Amino acid sequence: MGVFRRIWALGKRSTVSSENERELREHMQMRVDSNIANGMNREEAERKARLRFGNPVVMKERVEAEDAALGLDSFFRDARYALRGFLKSPGFTAVAIVTLALGIGANTAIFQLLDAVRLRSLPIQAPQELAEVRIAGGNHGFGINDGAYAQFTIPMWQEVRRNHEPFSGIFAWRTTDVLAGKLTDAHRIHGLEVSGEFFNVLGVAPMQGRLIEPQDEAGCEMSKVVVSYPYWKSQMGGQAITPATTVMIDGRAVQVLGVTPPSFFGMVVGDRFDVAFPSCIPPNPRREMFLLSVMGRLKPGWTIDRASGYFGALSSGIFENTAPTGYNADAIKKYKAFRLAVYPAGSGVSMLRDAYNTSLQLLLAITGLVLLIACANLANLMLARASTRQREMAIRIALGASRGRLLRQLLIESGLLAFAGAACGLALANPLSRLLMSSLNTSNGRIELEIATDWRVLLFAAGVAALTAMLFGTIPALRGTKADPITSLKSGARGVAGSRERFSMQRLMVVTQIAVSMVLLVGALLFVRSYRNLVTLDPGMRESGITVAYIGFPFANIKPENEAEYKRQIVEDVRSVPGIQNAASTTQTPLGGGSWTHHIHVGDKEGDSKFTYSSPTYFATMGIPLLTGRNFTDADTNDSPLVLIANQTFIRQYLGNAPPIGQSVRVMPEPQYPERTYQIIGTIPDTKYSSLRDDTPPMAFVPAAQFPVTAQGPGMAMMIASTEGPAAIASVRRVLETKYPSMILQFFDFQQGIRDNLVRDRMMAMLSGFFGVLAAMLVVVGLYGVLSFFITQRRNEIGIRIALGARRWQVIGLVMRDTAAMLLVGVVLGTVLALLAGRAASTMLFGLEAYDLATMVFAFLLLAGIAVLASWRPARKASRLDPVAALRSE
Amino acid sequence: MAKNDLQGALDLLILKSLSQLGTMHGYGIVIHIERVSDALLNVEEGSLYPALHRMEQSGWVRAEWRVTESGRTAKYYALTAAGKKQLAVREKNWEQVVKGVQAILRFA
Repeated sequence: MGVFRRIWALGKRSTVSSENERELREHMQMRVDSNIANGMNREEAERKARLRFGNPVVMKERVEAEDAALGLDSFFRDARYALRGFLKSPGFTAVAIVTLALGIGANTAIFQLLDAVRLRSLPIQAPQELAEVRIAGGNHGFGINDGAYAQFTIPMWQEVRRNHEPFSGIFAWRTTDVLAGKLTDAHRIHGLEVSGEFFNVLGVAPMQGRLIEPQDEAGCEMSKVVVSYPYWKSQMGGQAITPATTVMIDGRAVQVLGVTPPSFFGMVVGDRFDVAFPSCIPPNPRREMFLLSVMGRLKPGWTIDRASGYFGALSSGIFENTAPTGYNADAIKKYKAFRLAVYPAGSGVSMLRDAYNTSLQLLLAITGLVLLIACANLANLMLARASTRQREMAIRIALGASRGRLLRQLLIESGLLAFAGAACGLALANPLSRLLMSSLNTSNGRIELEIATDWRVLLFAAGVAALTAMLFGTIPALRGTKADPITSLKSGARGVAGSRERFSMQRLMVVTQIAVSMVLLVGALLFVRSYRNLVTLDPGMRESGITVAYIGFPFANIKPENEAEYKRQIVEDVRSVPGIQNAASTTQTPLGGGSWTHHIHVGDKEGDSKFTYSSPTYFATMGIPLLTGRNFTDADTNDSPLVLIANQTFIRQYLGNAPPIGQSVRVMPEPQYPERTYQIIGTIPDTKYSSLRDDTPPMAFVPAAQFPVTAQGPGMAMMIASTEGPAAIASVRRVLETKYPSMILQFFDFQQGIRDNLVRDRMMAMLSGFFGVLAAMLVVVGLYGVLSFFITQRRNEIGIRIALGARRWQVIGLVMRDTAAMLLVGVVLGTVLALLAGRAASTMLFGLEAYDLATMVFAFLLLAGIAVLASWRPARKASRLDPVAALRSE
Repeated sequence: MAKNDLQGALDLLILKSLSQLGTMHGYGIVIHIERVSDALLNVEEGSLYPALHRMEQSGWVRAEWRVTESGRTAKYYALTAAGKKQLAVREKNWEQVVKGVQAILRFA
């Protein structure tokens, strides 16, 4: 009820205020009356009453402070006063707000991305109940892993589907691209293969028609799909779904059952599905192919730990029942030792999360540090402002304002600035995070994230604003209200040497700025150099003018034993296209992230090697020289002796100093890949394999014509060398389309693909570089401002020095010594901090360590240059001071 | 021992005075306390009015404007039910404090 009274009283502030005044006045009068009644004359009576009563303004303020409504009102009054002050100094206000808006905006933008990638839950019912079943620690590369989220083979899924006590419902899913449209003009869209229970367990309701249900899980022929809202809108024109609605998927018309709601993007954060279709269980599912992700909804009363215990206990039975055949005993023993465990899945799965988590956290730290520097600058500005307002404060204190009152006034001012900055920053955050996201898009992968200003983002921005207001507002406010009215009013603006104390506070700010920008500069240099190392790295093969072609011919019906020859013919067709220098087929496109491993025995040594099956033209196409021995020829087929070309790491690891040519390499069996023995016929230098960052593994090349017939499939990758660019590729496409009408063709630029894999490094280099430069600029501004201020404060001292015969360079030296002292302390502090911070970044660096001496030295020189630049003008100005004018103004 | 008892003495004095006087203005309360305590206690206006307004905000007293005997208008305060309850609590606490302090003083 008190609250209502207060709010009600707010409307009649002036009445309450004047009522209080009247009450106190009447009190005084009663005292006067009684004094007169006691025999004093009126003058004496009034004097005594006033003496007893004390300062009526202070009294009134204290009474009003108790009336909370008036307290609130005086808050508005202070705010209005602050706004008037800001309007009077628009330059200061603009600088402060823009600085804060940029700082808070950048922080919020990065937090928004972190929020979208990491913190937000899937748009489903009760996401906290969702849990994923995985092999604890992963399957260590066992078998074939299809897809980034693949944890289960189909037989494993069948076992778990039968026994899932902890879950009220359980489902399996995987992402897989499908072809949409007519085959001759097909394009890949994102498919989501789901078990029948998928939508029911997630609790996703259809927007139109119906979603996939358990009875839809039937034959392996694709017959019905559910489309996503964006796909329905953009590709199907948002037409109502009828039983006759179909789309062309993988070359056939498929019935569309319904549309998912707009908020549902699938299970992968950062990605989006176009069509979902029921999964199928083939009669003889491959037991070594990991392709499914399995999730369920925990029953009430079941925790993650308890569910993990349940599946852990079941594991030995499950892996016993599902063990694949065709492996050696060791591998099977490893398989049977796998254990299942349960993990929270309420926020979905995301490659993005794993790839960018550290980067985003580092960026948040970087933007936080930039904001810190900006705050230090603002604090200095506020300090300078406070010192020019010392007289105002002194007068207000002399008139009876309490220190608390003035403090509140100043804190309201900084709070208003922070609030305005945060509001602008929040508006900036959305476009900034979108810009950042689009900078991460690559030619063949778009990041699809819902960027939203949710309560977490708002809370974050508000928190940052409050923190900044505290950082840059508190110290100047405390200092500003400490003014002693008598000395302030008496001594004008300055004494001979000024008070040392305030100087040290501003010095502290500058030292902090230098230290923090040292950290940022070191970080920026490290990331830029790391990116440069990656870009200029020689992968050991030709990068430019290479096109990667993915060729599929699922409708050509080639018998497995004829596929090698069919593929050889396609390579020859491409090679004969005018403008094409060379072309080669390969089972592995280098630097694309994929990997193909076989277990081998060489002599008494045993281990793994990467295997690539390529046509004889591969080394010539990719510009890889043959060091010793001979290249493959068309005569090396499955009917001739099996041959292999090894790289240097392979030879070092398995053969030591023995002459490699003629040695035999035994490849251990796997399903579809029988045990085989190859002879080494040649050696090549080390080239990068799947990623620029990784060391070269042992690598073996085998002729494409010796690829096991049992493993043949209707698809191939080809590397095409040409200096004539897109025109030559267009004619390749024409030639192939004419000769093979139902062929599926996709072309990518090899070099572009390599660059695409470096987007994270590019982002870190660009952003840390940008923020490093920004930090340096802020330091210039801060140092310049503080030095100028010092010199104004010390005009008299410098004037006396010059009058007494100090030389110009001595005055410059005076200022520069000041700078040098701050620089040195800042840099030492910054180096320590940079070394500590470097550990967080070290895993993201390539080709250099976080404690790189050259980088530190360079950052120091940069800062020293900046410091000299910033102090040169103030120092020169000081040295040109006219002593007469400086001394006269006292 | 309840907290704030020594500082709470002023509140207790005001509440008790109001319960004795019925309704009274601030000046009257000052005079009443001075007179009854034989000028031993002197309540300063600087503390009295903030305290009265705080009590009004807390709903322990209510106030209205009235004309005094000498023809002036003054803000008169009176205890509310909550104020009476508060007074009882404060009185009991105060007795405890006095007992405690005396025990300390008499300790030999």
